Amino acid sequence: MQNDTLKKLIKNGAIWGFILFQLVFFEVAGRWWSLSDSAFMDLDSMLLLLKQSAPIGIIAIGMTVVMINGNIDLSVGATYALAGIVMLDSMNWPFMEAMGDASIPLAWLFALFTGSLLGLINGVIVWKTGVDAFIVTLGAMLGYRGLVFMYNGENPTYHLNWTMVDFAEADILGLETPAIVFLAVVLVVWLVMTRTVHGRNAYAIGDNREAAVNAGIRVGPHMVWNFALIGFLAALSAVAFYSGSGSVNPNDGMLFELWAITAVVLGGTKLTGGRGSIIGTLGGVIAIQLLRRGLNHIGAQTETVNLVIGIILIAVLFLDRQLNRKGAEELKV
Amino acid sequence: MADTAMKSIGGVLARQGILVAFILFMVGFTLWNPRFIDPDNVFGVIRSSAILGVMALGVTFVVIGGNLDLSVGSMLSFSAIVVLDLHENPAFGPALAIPAMFALTLCLGAINGFLIGYLRLNSLIVTLGMLSAIHGLTLTWSGGQNMDIANQNETWFGVFGRGSALGVPIPVLIFIGLAAILGILLGKTPFGRKVYAVGGNGTAATFSGIPRARVVFITYLVSAFCVATAGLIQASRTMGAQNTVGQGLELEVLAAVILGGASLLGGSGTIFKTVIGVLILGFIQNGLLLAGLEFYVQFVVTWIIIILAVWLDIATKRGKLWSPIA
Repeated sequence: MQNDTLKKLIKNGAIWGFILFQLVFFEVAGRWWSLSDSAFMDLDSMLLLLKQSAPIGIIAIGMTVVMINGNIDLSVGATYALAGIVMLDSMNWPFMEAMGDASIPLAWLFALFTGSLLGLINGVIVWKTGVDAFIVTLGAMLGYRGLVFMYNGENPTYHLNWTMVDFAEADILGLETPAIVFLAVVLVVWLVMTRTVHGRNAYAIGDNREAAVNAGIRVGPHMVWNFALIGFLAALSAVAFYSGSGSVNPNDGMLFELWAITAVVLGGTKLTGGRGSIIGTLGGVIAIQLLRRGLNHIGAQTETVNLVIGIILIAVLFLDRQLNRKGAEELKV
Repeated sequence: MADTAMKSIGGVLARQGILVAFILFMVGFTLWNPRFIDPDNVFGVIRSSAILGVMALGVTFVVIGGNLDLSVGSMLSFSAIVVLDLHENPAFGPALAIPAMFALTLCLGAINGFLIGYLRLNSLIVTLGMLSAIHGLTLTWSGGQNMDIANQNETWFGVFGRGSALGVPIPVLIFIGLAAILGILLGKTPFGRKVYAVGGNGTAATFSGIPRARVVFITYLVSAFCVATAGLIQASRTMGAQNTVGQGLELEVLAAVILGGASLLGGSGTIFKTVIGVLILGFIQNGLLLAGLEFYVQFVVTWIIIILAVWLDIATKRGKLWSPIA
């Protein structure tokens, strides 16, 4: 019994322990080998870190929900790019230009609508056809990317609006807009997943779909809403990022899905569904960004980041398996 | 009598639906534009599909064994960069660079196979981690630089990508030859049957005395071998490579394999069907280009075709069009 509590503590706290370890390690390593003059744990740089991790982070939160629900979404990178293009391109439409700065919220709405719609399409296909979400969203990854290219060819789409840029770079207590959006998303989705019926049902469906059906939960609509949510969040991520940058390339967002899944898995969410936490994903996102920055801080080449993240991901999987010892049970079945 | 005939036609459609669709598609496009079936055009399509196709052959083994391999794209970049770098190294030269590259790529496959086969870790996450790790390895090897062969006229290295024998491009010959060998390995040998058994029901396979771990391990070696071959064709064709040459290919390869009818749950699919899947993707792209559409329209068409193909497949199996999910 006590052993179980201990295991639980190790599992839930592991990602934060890892973050703490990184902070101390890079701070000490940076000083000790005097590779860097500046301190690693500098407040400004930590706030910047939160901003830099926002685009992937916002998507990763949505991915957590979808994965807890027992599905996966590989199309988020393309959704992100398409939402960004719709947002910036719509501001070039004559009636939008005529509206001046009032067109900004409308452009955001268009983008969020696009993202939600793309997510909804995935969700309805998964629900109605019964095709595995992995295949549906793998197809959509190609299809939505095709739509991105069809929209504006291989040219970048841009629109510069200084009011929008000012808004994107505005900061409250040192936190810039993308970071605030990220934290707000974490809070809201955490509340949804832990305090509402929908959240509880999402866990139940991911854990055991048969049981959820028998308990009278309508599996389909919950899945559809979760896909719409991740589409919405991919678009929100695009809104937060492109409001500041003002230019979208048709290749933007590629591999975002894989980075988001990496962060989610580091945060302790199970691929098989039914288990995971939003806060854990926040930890996963921060851990990855910290690693990037830390390796840079101690003068390691940027190339090593990918190598280290890959190894850590596999190590986490291995440790998790050892802690769970599910493999031993599997043979008994 | 007529009833049984209808039933058997239905059965053929259900089993060979993708082949029927392929033939209809080819006939339709040929009627519309006779240039489509021109030998030059056909060889052109197969040649440009060869790299994707060779990779898909290996991934078919992994998928039938019940696993995924998302690391093939990164691995392709790795093998292309390594073979080009060693080619330029005077101590190696082309004759040694190629076997050395194959050995290194097979090592990466062995790591995948060890982690997934023997340690029984989830293949999606392991190969996702390997995607990232191998990309890092490639960048470290190349220092982030593109690789090029300096004296392109003084090496026979280009033969794998640019050469041809008896009027057939070498990449096409490699693709067909490898497909034949792997098709026999998978369809006609005890090892092939073990791959199906492990993917179909791993626990049952274990209880029947099939060495599950070793079988999975070997499927990843086959996959790595195919990637190395594809990397060789890629490097040889362009005589140079970027660090990201294979980026995103992993999912396109998987799309071709699924289009061919392999189930992600494992235990079903054949090399022949994968070849058809690869050719469908290649000919769609070509047909749309001949129709004067931009290359990216194929992505949207591929999306629709993949979902329709898998949907029809499972709909025939469950006997109902719509899913029973409440």
